[in-house]
Amino acid sequence: MTTRPRTKLDLDPATVKEARALARKTGRPIVTLAKKHTTVAVERATLRLAGLQGADPDGTPWVNRLMDVVRADTGLEHGVALPVWDALRRGEADDLSTLAQKASAGSVTFRLPEGRDADRARRASRAQVAKGIKRIDARRVERERLIKRHGDAPRKPWIYLIVATGDIYEDIPQAQQAAREGADIIAVIRSTGQSLLDYVPEGATREGFAGTYATQENFRLMRAALDESSRELGRYVRLTNYASGLCMPEIAALAGLERLDMMLNDSMYGILFRDINPVRTFVDQRFSRQVHARAGIIINTGEDNYLTTADAVDAAHTVTTSQLLNEYFAKEAGLEDWQLGLGHAFEIDPDVPDSFRLELAHAMLARDLFPNAPLKWMPPTRHMTGDIFKGYLLDGFFNLVGALTGQGILLVGMMTEAVVTPWLSDRDLALQNVRYVMNAAGNLHQDFRPEPDGFIANRARQVLGESVDLMHQILDHEHGLLDAIADGTFGLMKRPADAGRGLDGVAEKSGAYYNPASEILEER
Amino acid sequence: MSSETGAERLPPSPSGGHIIRPYGDTTGDGMVQVSFTLPMAHSKVAEGAAAQLAAKMGIEPALVVHAKPMGPDFTFFVVYGRVHHLVDTSLVEVVERDYPLLTPKEVNAAVKRALRRRLTVVGACIGSDAHTVGIDAILNIKGFAGEKGLEYYRELKVVNLGAQVSVPQLVERAREEKADAVLVSQVVTQRDAHLLNTREMSAAFRESYPSDKRPLLIVGGPRFDESAAADLGVDRVFTRGTTPGEVASYLVHQLARKRSAA
Repeated sequence: MTTRPRTKLDLDPATVKEARALARKTGRPIVTLAKKHTTVAVERATLRLAGLQGADPDGTPWVNRLMDVVRADTGLEHGVALPVWDALRRGEADDLSTLAQKASAGSVTFRLPEGRDADRARRASRAQVAKGIKRIDARRVERERLIKRHGDAPRKPWIYLIVATGDIYEDIPQAQQAAREGADIIAVIRSTGQSLLDYVPEGATREGFAGTYATQENFRLMRAALDESSRELGRYVRLTNYASGLCMPEIAALAGLERLDMMLNDSMYGILFRDINPVRTFVDQRFSRQVHARAGIIINTGEDNYLTTADAVDAAHTVTTSQLLNEYFAKEAGLEDWQLGLGHAFEIDPDVPDSFRLELAHAMLARDLFPNAPLKWMPPTRHMTGDIFKGYLLDGFFNLVGALTGQGILLVGMMTEAVVTPWLSDRDLALQNVRYVMNAAGNLHQDFRPEPDGFIANRARQVLGESVDLMHQILDHEHGLLDAIADGTFGLMKRPADAGRGLDGVAEKSGAYYNPASEILEER
Repeated sequence: MSSETGAERLPPSPSGGHIIRPYGDTTGDGMVQVSFTLPMAHSKVAEGAAAQLAAKMGIEPALVVHAKPMGPDFTFFVVYGRVHHLVDTSLVEVVERDYPLLTPKEVNAAVKRALRRRLTVVGACIGSDAHTVGIDAILNIKGFAGEKGLEYYRELKVVNLGAQVSVPQLVERAREEKADAVLVSQVVTQRDAHLLNTREMSAAFRESYPSDKRPLLIVGGPRFDESAAADLGVDRVFTRGTTPGEVASYLVHQLARKRSAA
């Protein structure tokens, strides 16, 4: 990538520093809270890293079956590792999968081992989970090798296209075709409602609602298909899925194991938009981000969602605030700048005067605040009305902002947004739009510098200021961010910490708690 | 575009006339534009094929103004041309929704006006159905088809009970919350379980509420028949593709009717 001129807006360094300090202050108690708790999903992810796969004849994954029995016998608060590897050491079964089957048949009773038994169980569990993490490491090295062999995407921004048929075997040819047409990144949209399932479906799936289930086998099939495309096209084609919802830590682990390259992974999306319990989300978030950090996966955060529910001008500062928080949580979990696909979107009503200048100001603010992050730029959706001609123009302006502000990841806007799922020709026209703008104006940023006291610079300063104010407001709450989420400070939703989905899958850790995966992931 | 072959001109019909045809730049010219993709490589034959399709669609003469290969196996076309069809607007039949479609703002305003409090909606999947995709699409703020769910509406209080809720639980919760409306979703059903469950549900509500106090009962799901509401004992049936805005608009419409009847 060409070196892009930095900090075009001349943001006041003291304000930027204050904003980051406030984000840290807001986020730190959440990290403490996350460290004190565990969830069923974190424990199941640990079992997956230890190699437990498959499902019973009803489709319930063995990790769920085993987790449920352990929880009934010893509780969730000590973690799954000690009781499980104690049982293995006691000879209840030769391996995890047999143990899970016997446990679900009711023929194993778990206990919390103590003293030397506990030490042995700890060591055994660590050795086995370490193998899974080693596999993630190997997948990361493999990605680096393949990028070297096939070459990386030829330019920035990387072009991000979506497939979503519901049937993995239909998705595959579509994804390969999209890659041929120029996609650098393929995202497989998940089936509606998967985020609220408290288990990860198993195997290759052919039926979904407006998307395809995220399963380990679907991950594997799609990655293999895109490896084929990478060879054919002479550039590494990246694969994206969603680590969100009630099973986010497990899906993160599966993504690492199957060499997915990017994952949607936002710190608060599940709370605000899916009514998932805040504590559950923050605990699951931290673990999944640690996995992503280890796996070399780029995360995509979900700030665009704020603008689909609130006015994109009024709520611009909530995007900035969320980006700052996402940055803090990500760095704390070990992610590096190049892994932060912080989100933002082109959603201002085109009838608003100066809407393009406002969009440019907001995008430029994100670029200047996070100069080393590959920002993810999301196309217009709210003001795509079915007038495909106007929509095509709007997408062109969206692309132009992308070019002017050096976005790292560009989700290609479709003129048929809100009309049909993209046709072959829609995708082709959309890519022509991107290519035209990048070819015609891709280097325009070299000449473009907003007037220091002009509309754009002032607007950016204003949004940053409002973001600082908002974080002060959050910190004025007795319990900071949790109270702010509870009283509806973000979006319109009130999400109290003691309500929401998945709360019954959260426990405060006991003194005996042990989790080998967390232990390994923390050592870095 | 000047294709005046055999131009039979219609008299302009500014008032009263209901026979019309498409308008390009002259009254009665019948000009339309279409775009489509054919699954064949770009060639002269492909362009001819596009013209043939346009002719079969009634576009005569057709002008293939743009043909672009998309990969080795597909070609995209833009075609302009005239159609000879006449449209008689007096014969147009439309199925009107029996309630107006409102924006979230209008829904909020209407609720405020009519109730002076928030309207409470209790939603659930009943029976063994664990698929909350339908109820979540309507209720979750995330919404469906580009529309936000009912949670997004400031004047609607949404209680989403999730899946596998028993009928007695649903009735109890509806009473507790003083629900104005109860939404039930049934996605995956076997042996008409969705119909049995719905009848059980509507019977239970009739039993535990005086008839004028009963909340609005609404069911939705891909297997239902829209016209079966009376048979099932519910107020409304919604089928596949229903959006949150339609449900919200219906709620407000019914509410206003109830008020004016009371």
